[in-house]
Amino acid sequence: MKQRQIADNILVYALFIWMSVSLVMMFFYAPIESEMGIVQKIFYFHVPLAWNAFLGFAIVFFASFRYLATRDPKWDARALAAAEVGVLFTTLVLITGPIWAKPVWGIWWTWDARLTLTFVLWLIYMGYLMLRRYIESPERRAVLAAVVGVTGFVDVPLVYFAIRWWRTQHPQPVIMGGEDSGLDPKMATTLWVSTAAYLLLFTVLFRRRLALEHLRHELDEYRAQRDHMKGAM
Amino acid sequence: MLRTAAVILWKDLRIEMRTRDAIGAAFVFSLLTMVIFNFALDANTPEMRRLAAGFFWVAFAFSGTLALNRSFALEKESGAGRALIFAPVDPAGVYLGKFFANALFLFITQVIVLPAFIVFFDATVVASRWWALAASFILGSVAFASVGTLFSAVAANTRMRELMLPLLFLPVTVPALIGAVETTAFALGGTASAAFWFKLLVVYDVVFVTVSLLIFEFALEE
Repeated sequence: MKQRQIADNILVYALFIWMSVSLVMMFFYAPIESEMGIVQKIFYFHVPLAWNAFLGFAIVFFASFRYLATRDPKWDARALAAAEVGVLFTTLVLITGPIWAKPVWGIWWTWDARLTLTFVLWLIYMGYLMLRRYIESPERRAVLAAVVGVTGFVDVPLVYFAIRWWRTQHPQPVIMGGEDSGLDPKMATTLWVSTAAYLLLFTVLFRRRLALEHLRHELDEYRAQRDHMKGAM
Repeated sequence: MLRTAAVILWKDLRIEMRTRDAIGAAFVFSLLTMVIFNFALDANTPEMRRLAAGFFWVAFAFSGTLALNRSFALEKESGAGRALIFAPVDPAGVYLGKFFANALFLFITQVIVLPAFIVFFDATVVASRWWALAASFILGSVAFASVGTLFSAVAANTRMRELMLPLLFLPVTVPALIGAVETTAFALGGTASAAFWFKLLVVYDVVFVTVSLLIFEFALEE
């Protein structure tokens, strides 16, 4: 327990320093984009958040799978923590996206493959989190959530290809100049530093959420013991 | 496994033949959705007719959820769900039986809604493309029933099961919905080719029937 806390503290300090460096790089090291101007800076928040959110959903899938195989509650807690941080990050992606899109594309939203996939993912994992709230028994909750965690992720490639193909058939409202094509080296470096910063943020939040779940679990056990003793008297 | 599936399928068919709950409710709800579409979007314009396939599938996605909701609610209410868990049968067989029953109900609903849909939206099926319509109905029903049966079993265990099923089920069926809409649109003469969508539906069906078969035992246990 002691070691865990030390590790957590180190992670938080590292996050603080790394995130500060990443912010300084975003605004002072990376050049201002010639056409989009200052609003392009949101890219360094938006893209790392999206990548890490996808990582979170992949962890949900893996942890759900492991839970069904081992029935070890720690895998259920990991799936839950990853889903919550993943949904949080996806929410931020869906908020930062339109803020950037309005001045650059002239519209808040377009039903492009990546946008739609992100939105559908958000819906799937919101459903996952809501499902968990409506099941009382911890074991039932873990098993049923794992069923949805596995099935939902299997859907991701199908959603992506379906929407991508659907999009290419329909007229595109905006021209998407691929952001990764010909990215300035300084911008690329900043993007990677920022991605690492958000990976660190993901890790810190994930670990904190796990610790909280662990405490809840302990509390439930104490309560059960207390009720048991009351029953005995 | 197949024997279990056949027994479950026969049981659900008999219940449905006597009550007509699932198909009846889904049919009326589909008509209702079409009426609402008409008021909300003024379906009598040529552009709207072009989007008829979309109307059909939206109506069907919602009414199908209604039918799927009943699938495990019956077992839950009567306590037969517990009996199914304790019965010495393969859970995959239970899934298959339920899945075939649901796919059949969904397909029958589509077939009886089709005439109303053709009348209301002035839709005409291109003569040489009836097979595409049939394919979109069959593959679409299978797609909805595959995830629908699994998630219906999941949702039946929650406090808010009528609410939970659409929330879980609809986002996951997005690829199947796109594929089915496009295949139906092709049958109605709206698009030139449906080969990709046909394949997508087949892939979706194979993937989700397989995944559901493997994972269903976890959704059933108590």
